[in-house]
Amino acid sequence: MTISLDDQEQRWLDGADGAAMQLAMRLVLAAAEVSDATSFVPIEMAHINSCHYSGRLSLDFAEFLLAEGATLAVPTHTNASLISCTSPHVRPEASTPDEVAGARRVMEIYEQLGCSTMWTCAPYQQPEGRPAFGTHVVGSESNAVGFTNSVLGARTNKYGDLLDISAAMVGRVPLAGLHTDEGRRASHVFDVGDLTAAEIADPNLPHLLGVVLGRTVGSGIGVIDGLASASEDELKAIAAGAAAAGGVDMFHVVGITPEAPTLDAALHGAPAAQHTTVTSTHLREAGAMLTTAAAGDESLSAVCLGTPHFSIDEFVETVDRLDGRQVADGVTVMITTSRAVAAELSLRGLADTLAAAGVQVVLDTCTYYPPHPTGLDGLTMTNSAKWAYYGQGMLGVPIAFASLEHCLESAIAGRRLQ
Amino acid sequence: MREVNAKVPGTWLVDGAVHGEVVRLDEALSFWGGFDAATGRIIDQSHPQHGTSLAGKVVAMPGSRGSSGTPGVLGEAIRRGTGPAAMIITKADINLVAGALTAQALYDTTCPILLVDTDTFAELPDRMDMP
Repeated sequence: MTISLDDQEQRWLDGADGAAMQLAMRLVLAAAEVSDATSFVPIEMAHINSCHYSGRLSLDFAEFLLAEGATLAVPTHTNASLISCTSPHVRPEASTPDEVAGARRVMEIYEQLGCSTMWTCAPYQQPEGRPAFGTHVVGSESNAVGFTNSVLGARTNKYGDLLDISAAMVGRVPLAGLHTDEGRRASHVFDVGDLTAAEIADPNLPHLLGVVLGRTVGSGIGVIDGLASASEDELKAIAAGAAAAGGVDMFHVVGITPEAPTLDAALHGAPAAQHTTVTSTHLREAGAMLTTAAAGDESLSAVCLGTPHFSIDEFVETVDRLDGRQVADGVTVMITTSRAVAAELSLRGLADTLAAAGVQVVLDTCTYYPPHPTGLDGLTMTNSAKWAYYGQGMLGVPIAFASLEHCLESAIAGRRLQ
Repeated sequence: MREVNAKVPGTWLVDGAVHGEVVRLDEALSFWGGFDAATGRIIDQSHPQHGTSLAGKVVAMPGSRGSSGTPGVLGEAIRRGTGPAAMIITKADINLVAGALTAQALYDTTCPILLVDTDTFAELPDRMDMP
């Protein structure tokens, strides 16, 4: 199957507008061919991960775009970076000079290219990062792709780095996959009706459900049936867990997400291909996957929260739970978030409260990947399935997945409470 | 893309030659977070082939999954010479293709990618030399 190019697309492909636009068009055209798309669809915004340094190629690619005259066609927001500009001690330049300097340069370049420098994996927590229902956009960061499709009802496939900025440059993507109506149909029902009231009320449930979804459907589309309510933060947790544990770019929750007013609507009127009754065993197995620390190990080096970036509501809950108490000496507590949420924290006077409690609010980045964050010297607790899932392979410290309350009480006690 | 008329039928997503030992992965892999471009090994502890080196191998796998950093890490591994010599996948994957094409554009070295059906995938030989 072939796709016909308009004059501008052909101009880009021929290199008439420079080598950067040429490579961008080549990558987007290759994506169209690979997806068997027969047309492109214009996009209204992009959230890109190319700005996240992952080696020399990230830097070489960014320098190439800058030198060869790349221009952006749509508002383009930046994902979290490898480094924090406001908390450089988290990944000191002296420890990994190439990575830190490279990451800083990459951030500069994407700012120079005209990106909106949000540096967050949760763009949907600020108004300009929330595309309207039904609009076509480019998403990259996996939890944001899931959230954008599932919760906002805007349409995107997961465009990895390199391809994401390319699509933002040419302002279009292949009409395929989740951009099409049929591509958004659920095929696998996850019925949570058999779970107990206590299991439904467990704050870990959204994270664990995400893992169950991801492990079961891979990159398919599941629909969760039987949840009476879910906040945006809970939907964020499902999206992040499902994307990390599987390849989930979209899910539905009956009665809650916009394309699933009913189970039948999520299934587009067709029968479900598969049906899973979620049980206590599923949740227990998902939880066991997320904890590598030995059962009786009470040591505690760090608590990492904010994966994906904490919302203002999550910070308010944290401050309430701390209730004026301080974390123990020797325990590093880091909460990652965006500059926009941090500004709101300051406005509300919560930034000082958190600092007084010994909690570090870290902007621009996340803590589950190398270079190794300062203070993660041993057992680390997190309330995030995504953090736990990736941290296992990337940081080499024992990890314990637990609720926000359990994490904070442990941090205050100075040991991992059982 | 072009059809190949060799012993393994499929569609080239990224053109090239496939020479080397076949390493079969039972699950899709997230290159970012699941693979170390410095060593060429799988670091995702929940992956069935955790610890396996992909460097210079013909990697047969369903596709990529998970993180959006996959193209950059695949491209970086190709640049360093720690990446697969070629990939054989069963699900068309725009992100693997983006990584391979970018490495080709920037460094003039790439990783050919062949799309095959599941029957072909199940019967891949232990070593491939094609075309």
